[in-house]
Amino acid sequence: MHAFEILEYVAWGVAAVLGLWMLFDMIKTDRSYSEEFLTSSKEGEIRDALVIDPPHQGGHL
Amino acid sequence: MSQTTVVHGEKISLLRVLGPGHIWALGVGIVLVGEYMGWNFSVGKGGAFAALIACWFAGLLYTCVAMIDSEVTSTVAAAGGQYAQAKHIVGPLMAFNVGLYLVFAYTMLEAANAITLGYLVQTVGTMAGFENVHDKPFIVLTIVFLAWLNYRGVYATLTFNLVLTAVAFIAIIVLFASVKPWSGEILKHGDLLNGLPYGMLGVVAALHFGLWYYLGIEGTCQAAEEVRSPARSLPLGTMTGIITLLLAATMTWYICSGLMPWEYLGQAVTPLFDAARLTDSQPLMVLLFIGTVFSTLASANGCINDASRAWFSMGRDRYLPTWFGAVHPTNRTPYRAIMFLVPVALVFAYFAPLDQVITFSILSGLLGYTYMSFNVIMFRKKWPLDTIKRGYVHPFHPIPAIVLLVLCSVTYFAVFLGYGTQLVAMMVFFAVASLWFHFHRYKYVRRGDQFTMDWPRPAGY
Repeated sequence: MHAFEILEYVAWGVAAVLGLWMLFDMIKTDRSYSEEFLTSSKEGEIRDALVIDPPHQGGHL
Repeated sequence: MSQTTVVHGEKISLLRVLGPGHIWALGVGIVLVGEYMGWNFSVGKGGAFAALIACWFAGLLYTCVAMIDSEVTSTVAAAGGQYAQAKHIVGPLMAFNVGLYLVFAYTMLEAANAITLGYLVQTVGTMAGFENVHDKPFIVLTIVFLAWLNYRGVYATLTFNLVLTAVAFIAIIVLFASVKPWSGEILKHGDLLNGLPYGMLGVVAALHFGLWYYLGIEGTCQAAEEVRSPARSLPLGTMTGIITLLLAATMTWYICSGLMPWEYLGQAVTPLFDAARLTDSQPLMVLLFIGTVFSTLASANGCINDASRAWFSMGRDRYLPTWFGAVHPTNRTPYRAIMFLVPVALVFAYFAPLDQVITFSILSGLLGYTYMSFNVIMFRKKWPLDTIKRGYVHPFHPIPAIVLLVLCSVTYFAVFLGYGTQLVAMMVFFAVASLWFHFHRYKYVRRGDQFTMDWPRPAGY
C-alpha cells in the first residue's frame, strides 16, 4: 500500500466520521427539543426574535 | 416530543453575525473558481476575442443582476433571497420555481466543484508518481467536510470563505503583475490573437461559458437573515463583489490569451495554473495551484450555504415539508436543510458527468436571472420609490431590466446550440414540478403568512 492509498483511506475515514457526527448531532438535537421550537423561526420576525442560549454564537465563540 | 433542555426563550432564528466582508466572500467565493477554470471553454467556441466579448457581455448581464438584486434584496431581507422576493412581489408559483432554481443551481455547482477538487488531488497524485490514484474519496470528503462546517455555524463558514477567496483573488493579481502587462516581454497577444475564427456565431456560442466568469454572484442575498445590517451590507457586498469579478475576469483573459494559443486555451482544464507554469516561476506555480484549490473550496462552501438557506426558507413557508424549516438551537444554522442536501450533492458528484452537472447549474441560474428582469419591473410598479425605503436604488430603471431580459434570451440560444436536449429536459422538469406544487403542495401553504415584510399595500390594490 503506497502513501497515496493511505491518504485515500484517511479521506474516507474523515468523511465518515464527520458525516456520522452530523447525523448523531441531528438525532440528538431532534430528541432534545420540541419540533414546535425547532421550527419556530419566522420570516419577518428576525429583529424581534428572542435569542436563546446567548453564549453560543453559531459555534464560533 | 417534549422539550428536555432548558431554553431561555420561545423562538429561535438564524444568527445575525455577518458583515459586508462576509457578503463579498460569499458572492465572489462562489464565482471566482470560474476564473480559474471553465471560462476558457468560451475560447474554444469562438476564439480568444469571442471569449473577451462574452466576458464583457456576461459582465453587463451580471452588473444588471447585481444592481437589480441589490435594490430588491435591501428591502426583502429574508433567507431564501430571490425566492423570498418572488413570494412577495410575483406570487407563490413563481416563488416555488425560483426556490428550485436556486437549490439546483447551487447544489449542482457544489457537485461540480467537488468533482474538480477530486480531479486536482488525483492529478497531484499521478504527477507524484503514484499509480491507480482515485478522486472519489476527495470528492466525498470535500462535500462532507464543507457541509460539516456549514452545520457548525455561519460565521466560521463565511470567515473561512473570506480567507480562501482573498488568497485566490490576490493570486490572480500577483500573476497579472508578474507577467508584466505593461510590456510585450512575456505576453504575446500580437502573435496569438487570431480574430474571430467562427465569426459572430462563435461569439454567440461563447456566451454559454462566458457566464462562468460571474455565475453565482447573486447568491449574496441568501445571507439576508444572517447579516447585521442587510440594507447596507447586502448592496455593498454585492456591488464590490461584481466589481472584483469584472477586474478578475478581464485580468484572467488578458494573462491567458497572451500566453497560450486559442486551440490549447479552449480546452485547458486549469488555464490560470497553466499560465503560471508558462512563466517558469516555481513560487507562481505553487501560488496559482493554491489559488485553484482555494477557489474551488470557497465555491463549494458558498454553494452549500446558499442552497441550504433556499431549501430552509421553502420548508419554513410550507412550500416543502416544514421539517426542513428547523434551526439548530446551538449552532443557529438550518441543519436539516444542510444535511438533506448532502446526499443530493454526493449523488450528482459521484455519478454525473461534469459538463452535464455544470450545464444544469447554468440553466437553473439563467432561469433565475430571467425572473429577476420582470420581478424588478413589478416591484417598482407595485411599490414606487417613495413608498418603501430602499438601502440601494439602481439607476436607469427599467433599462437594466430590459437589457437583462435581452441578454438572457441570447444566452438561452447560446446554450441551446450546445446543450439543446438538456435545456428542453430541464424546462419539462420545472413544468412537472410546478404542476406538483399547484395541484398538491399549495394546499399546505398558509396564504395569510406569505407576506411578512412591513410594506404598504401595493399600488393599484
